Amino acid sequence: MTSVANPRQSPRFVCRSYMAVALAPEPPLVDWIADIEQKIRDTGSFLVGPPVVLDLSSVKLSKSAIAHLVAQLEQRGVRVMGVENVDPSQMDAALPPLLRSTKRESADVSVPAPKARETQREKQQQVRETRSAPATLLLDKPVRSGQSIYFPDGDVTVLGSVGSGAELVAGGSIHVYGTLRGRAMAGSNGNARARIFCTKIEAELLAIDGHYLTADLMDMALRDRPVQAWLEGSALKISALD
Amino acid sequence: MAKVVVVTSGKGGVGKTTSTAALGAALAQHGQNVVVVDFDVGLRNLDLVMGAERRVVYDLINVTQGIAKLPQALIRDKRLERLALLPASQTRDKDALTEEGVSRVITSLKQMFDWVICDSPAGIERGATLAMRFADTAIIVTNPEVSSVRDSDRIIGILDAKTVKAERGERVDKHLLISRYDPARAARGEMLSIEDVLEILSTPLLGIIPESEEVLRASNLGSPVTFNNPSSAPARAYLDAARRLMGEEVEMTIPTEKQGFLGKLFGRRAA
Repeated sequence: MTSVANPRQSPRFVCRSYMAVALAPEPPLVDWIADIEQKIRDTGSFLVGPPVVLDLSSVKLSKSAIAHLVAQLEQRGVRVMGVENVDPSQMDAALPPLLRSTKRESADVSVPAPKARETQREKQQQVRETRSAPATLLLDKPVRSGQSIYFPDGDVTVLGSVGSGAELVAGGSIHVYGTLRGRAMAGSNGNARARIFCTKIEAELLAIDGHYLTADLMDMALRDRPVQAWLEGSALKISALD
Repeated sequence: MAKVVVVTSGKGGVGKTTSTAALGAALAQHGQNVVVVDFDVGLRNLDLVMGAERRVVYDLINVTQGIAKLPQALIRDKRLERLALLPASQTRDKDALTEEGVSRVITSLKQMFDWVICDSPAGIERGATLAMRFADTAIIVTNPEVSSVRDSDRIIGILDAKTVKAERGERVDKHLLISRYDPARAARGEMLSIEDVLEILSTPLLGIIPESEEVLRASNLGSPVTFNNPSSAPARAYLDAARRLMGEEVEMTIPTEKQGFLGKLFGRRAA
């Protein structure tokens, strides 16, 4: 059994996911903004204050149109923290960052009933909430050098080897039924209980919840054997499985 | 229906151009109509290896730009009548290639030949991705050493992402061609073994070409090695590889220094 705690580690990097309200503007924009204003008057705190993401899949907006929309919403107290489903060429540094949603599913959330009247148009508004559910990503081909697999929603299982220079990033655990030669980073969302398993270890780097271990600090006796890695406190431990 | 083959590697200097010429000549010697296309715009070598450097008038870029017609640019081999070459430009660079232009040229070539073999440049950028874009089959040339193997792994991943076939949900048939194999160095553990390379790359083996002075000699004479000296070890290995490419079952010969020690050498592992 081997364990290494690296006392002078560089700053931890962790991937985190947060809940945000997603609004999907629909044309005509002027009417949509008026509806949002109406909704704020009726329900208030639901949209004013919490972080909001704009889903621009239903509209085709230029860079300046996006900036204008964001400004219009900010004026009404809606704080846009990100934008999704827009061509990266339409974005620039002055706009909120472009987000990539990895979750396909979404559930409709019932909007709190307005105290005053409800207009027809309000029914067209879609407020989506991303739900986190346990999931596994199964890859049945080897992961080639240079490929980057990012799956924050759960475990990643690979039926094959992971090439040198490839990386796996999982919110849950990582299972490699083959030789792990690249980088494996489990528990990327802050899950310290995630583990890494592989049938043969030649990894360049292992990390769980931001605590990492590079190849040169791994016990040579474990090379080429099936191993599991887990976190004890802030120390990444590896032991043989056979 | 013509087959489009890309000869690629990721790493430079492993034997792509040599293999393109050798396999092209071998297929032509078997009666197939073959065109070899040089995609290394700006650093062309296929014309030298084929011995056609003094007959280049028009090139791939001229054809994609509509300056010349395809038959004007194609150079027929003087020794093998079924073999032709479409050279690259030496004065331009890879940015002059356009996807639509390449697509048109490949489509026309498919109607004229049985095999369209594309000699890819090294790297993973535009030149290499355009060379592989329209391929049905890929031959990944690898030297049995760590940098070449890792680069080949990378290029295999890119073959499954940036080709038209991959984008359609189909798979490009991939074959591994191990070149510059030195049995003495493999036995001493100075080079990766065949099994190590196959284990890392998980791709079917097309052939093992031994390191040989014959290759350099043929290259300087401007003659593909399979044509220049067909009884030499690399030529025989390329001829076998060409037969496998055509679908024949040919037993794999591991190059050896001495005769009759095949089994022992195959069993040895890198130290």
